[in-house]
Amino acid sequence: MRLDPTAKITNKERWGGYHLLILESPDIAREAVPGQFLMIRVAYGSRPLLRRPFGVHSRSDGSLGIFFKIEGEGTNLLAGKNPGETLDLIGPLGKGFNLGLGEEGEAHSGAPALVVGGGRGIAPLAFLAAEMRKNGRTVKILYGGRSRTDIPLKDRLKAEGGDLVCATDDGSFGFSGLVTDLLDKEIQKSPASAVYACGPEPMLETVNRIAAAAGLPCELSLEARMGCGFGACWGCVRRIRKNGAESWVKICEDGPVFSGGDVVWTVKG
Amino acid sequence: MTVRSAVDLSVDLGFLRLKNPVLAASGTFGYGPEFEPFLDPGRLGGFVVKGLHFDPRPGNPPPRLAETPSGLINAVGLQGVGVASFCEKTLPRLRGYKTAVIVNVCGADTEEYVRVVEYLDGHEGIAAYELNISCPNVKAGGACPAQSPAATRKVVAAVKKRSRRPVITKLSPNVTDVAAVAAAAEEAGTDAVSLVNTFLAMAVDVETRRPKVANVYGGLSGPAIRPIALRMVHQTASRVRIPVIGLGGIATASDALEFLIAGARAVQVGTAGLVDPRAALDIIDGLEEYCRRHSLQRLSEICGTIDVR
Repeated sequence: MRLDPTAKITNKERWGGYHLLILESPDIAREAVPGQFLMIRVAYGSRPLLRRPFGVHSRSDGSLGIFFKIEGEGTNLLAGKNPGETLDLIGPLGKGFNLGLGEEGEAHSGAPALVVGGGRGIAPLAFLAAEMRKNGRTVKILYGGRSRTDIPLKDRLKAEGGDLVCATDDGSFGFSGLVTDLLDKEIQKSPASAVYACGPEPMLETVNRIAAAAGLPCELSLEARMGCGFGACWGCVRRIRKNGAESWVKICEDGPVFSGGDVVWTVKG
Repeated sequence: MTVRSAVDLSVDLGFLRLKNPVLAASGTFGYGPEFEPFLDPGRLGGFVVKGLHFDPRPGNPPPRLAETPSGLINAVGLQGVGVASFCEKTLPRLRGYKTAVIVNVCGADTEEYVRVVEYLDGHEGIAAYELNISCPNVKAGGACPAQSPAATRKVVAAVKKRSRRPVITKLSPNVTDVAAVAAAAEEAGTDAVSLVNTFLAMAVDVETRRPKVANVYGGLSGPAIRPIALRMVHQTASRVRIPVIGLGGIATASDALEFLIAGARAVQVGTAGLVDPRAALDIIDGLEEYCRRHSLQRLSEICGTIDVR
């Protein structure tokens, strides 16, 4: 974890409201593992005041990629940055995915790990899939969005040589329906070794239920508004079960990746 | 080659000498070690550990944060590890820091404040206590001691009677006359006051018509509150003789200087440190630069020098 106040933007791509920025930050890039995130200062001064969290989307040659959708003031400002400008980063932050999840059980050995991304939730999963493949693991990406414009990385992910299946809610591309319905179908059709997911909250809850029903280990990357990103403010908590007891756990420090079985979806009282 | 004469940034609070007047504020600096990746704590004048109750506290449900123009509303609910865990697991590490470690003390009633202080008194490595009198009091229907001079006097007197360490009382701005509360704390024997804590605030998500923090209300911090905090610090410093520690939205050396000139003897940096973890260090460097530019040998010369003619 370190501060890099002058990470240079070296490339920028755009698909409608979705943006990809490549940031040169060798030290942070060297340390980053899939599932970890960066806190980026989108403006100097105090509007907006807080940094914004972004999962590491890619890594190559001392650079990191972030992939995001314009959703508010922060992402709008970030989308306006251009190559040659610098950004102030803190990273890599949090705990990442277990790249060997589900590989211990002999029953599943060799079966692909299913990586399920909803909309911009694909961001940290692309890095995860790339690293797992580097380790020789078979990966199948299930990439869903509302419409074909919400799965802009489909061609790129396909070109990276992986098994990719797309789903759109409106049926404009690939499987017609929710990516969770696609997951259900895939699991019925062929064996899998593990499920990793990132996306909207209802999607994650459903992914977790499907994985649990199929007896598959599952890891989820969660989101929250964050104050600092490094554990100091206690602002980004989530109800998590640890050793049989539930408590509010910091997403930035103990997550953002949690084992699906540890996430408490409905908090009592 | 120019020889730069040393600038003395130290401040004397009477009960505690700080190497410089910049402290990290409670609740924004964790327990301390969270900032090790970014700075040497030994460069700070000191820091105030996140508020401790006697027992671990679960805290509030999320969402706990809402960003507002130049501000941050938080309703963390003082989630914390409790004194025993702090003294066992964290304090030994803090003893290695070459800076003043101040512990923010919470309580649901007067007895709890005293119990926390007595427990901490049994452990070395703490320079002073900061009493967080903005905790809701269970026996007073949820009102916090900071809301009245009488309640403040009571809790400060009880803690001062038992504490072997200096006590700084942290005041709430959610009162009509903060200087009157400061005066009550002074009468009860507090060694200093720090102000302001956060302003009670609210934000609404108009799409869902729900409050942006689950607790409905939260505490507003950040640059948005700075001018109001500064006014309150000036009013308080004009009223009491004990040292005043100013805070509220300080993000730059110039902000810190406003508080010092208005009468604060030291300052705390809070929300700014969440955004830029090195903010306190930049402020310290900026204070030194200011002294050079104004040919001040000692920064403390400017404290309370505001010209209001």
